[in-house]
Amino acid sequence: MTLALQTFSTVKDANAALQASGTRYLGGGTLVLRAANEGDVSVSRLVRVSEPSLSQIGISGGKARLGASVTLAAVARHPELAVLAPAARAVGGPAIRNMATVGGNLFAPAPYGDFAVALLALDATVIGEGGEVPVETFLAERESSRAIVTAVTFALPPEKGFRFLKVSRVKPKGISVLSIAAMLQQASDGTVASARIALGCMADRPMRARAAEQALLGRKLTADEIAPAVAAAGEGTSPITDPIASSWYRAEVLPVHLGRLLLNQIKV
Amino acid sequence: MAKVPVQFTLNGSEKAEFVDSGTALLNALRDKIGDTSPKGGCHQGTCGACSVIIDGELRLSCLTLAETCNGAAIITTAGLAEAGVLHPLQRAFLDAFATQCGFCTPGMIMAAKVLLDRTPNPSRQDVVEALSGNICRCTGYEPIIQAVLTAARTNSQNAA
Repeated sequence: MTLALQTFSTVKDANAALQASGTRYLGGGTLVLRAANEGDVSVSRLVRVSEPSLSQIGISGGKARLGASVTLAAVARHPELAVLAPAARAVGGPAIRNMATVGGNLFAPAPYGDFAVALLALDATVIGEGGEVPVETFLAERESSRAIVTAVTFALPPEKGFRFLKVSRVKPKGISVLSIAAMLQQASDGTVASARIALGCMADRPMRARAAEQALLGRKLTADEIAPAVAAAGEGTSPITDPIASSWYRAEVLPVHLGRLLLNQIKV
Repeated sequence: MAKVPVQFTLNGSEKAEFVDSGTALLNALRDKIGDTSPKGGCHQGTCGACSVIIDGELRLSCLTLAETCNGAAIITTAGLAEAGVLHPLQRAFLDAFATQCGFCTPGMIMAAKVLLDRTPNPSRQDVVEALSGNICRCTGYEPIIQAVLTAARTNSQNAA
């Protein structure tokens, strides 16, 4: 591995250095150093930022701001982020979670990026030096992005409104067959007033299940009433094939797991 | 390749070296400092054989650059025995036949040490969770889990 690391005290200076060819940003290292160890010779220089704000978690007024360098272990153990702990704990083993960052997870290709799936369901905003973009836009354009992510923000979901499920063959740590995050708001009569459903491994990056979301509106979360949403779950998906599961298998089991998530029948 | 100075505490001793910029901590420990207890397994963050404890946190030395560890306190399995007496975890692994080829053992012991430091009386599930980032291809995990639970009991008895 022939790499040179430069540490900057400001995001602005690091962003400037990042524009040079062969340069990648070093966050927790679980993606970029893995690539370098695997022989990715396109990486020759690394930059990182020592700015403390990148590692801070801020929660106020029902909103959360996670610095891009906040680790998934820090999210998992933060008492005010308990609703997100299952999504943070879904990533890797303890050592990986001590290193992998919120910002890095946004760039993780499928079958990784389980926490980004949660952020998509939360309709998070991704913040960089150039401004703020919705997470869905960010994910769509992430390959062409050359600006350092500094933070993500989102409204803290009510405890019973957010649901997350990672399906893997190996427990407790295994690579995703698929992951699903859902943000549901129900009216007083129990019908779904709004729904955001995000899927992992059903494309090369986290994606919304919009047809299923639409089909849920005005429905109660019972087996009969969610049936149209479950049937529509695969619409627009293009599941990946990898050593964990084939595209066909992922497409077949998605409705089953979405149904379990909506009915709160998740077995951990 | 530019050489960069690296200074940290390894198992209680100050270490200062010049390494090539971009050198993994695993390589610095093994090739420069001579601590070969962390093992290079997958170099992908998957197997956990290179696990070390940095400032109290379990980390993967294959995915950590040495120069990012300036000023850190690093613990490896080589630093656990005191005055020739094995650490309770090391003793338990031997007694429970929790090692076979031994390649994964240092990483397993590091993961277990972090667990017992924070959770002195872990449940079986706690142990399974703590070791979930460490792959063993020969013992089948059960002896390893039992060794960690035995070490926890030994620690509790010693503390009582």
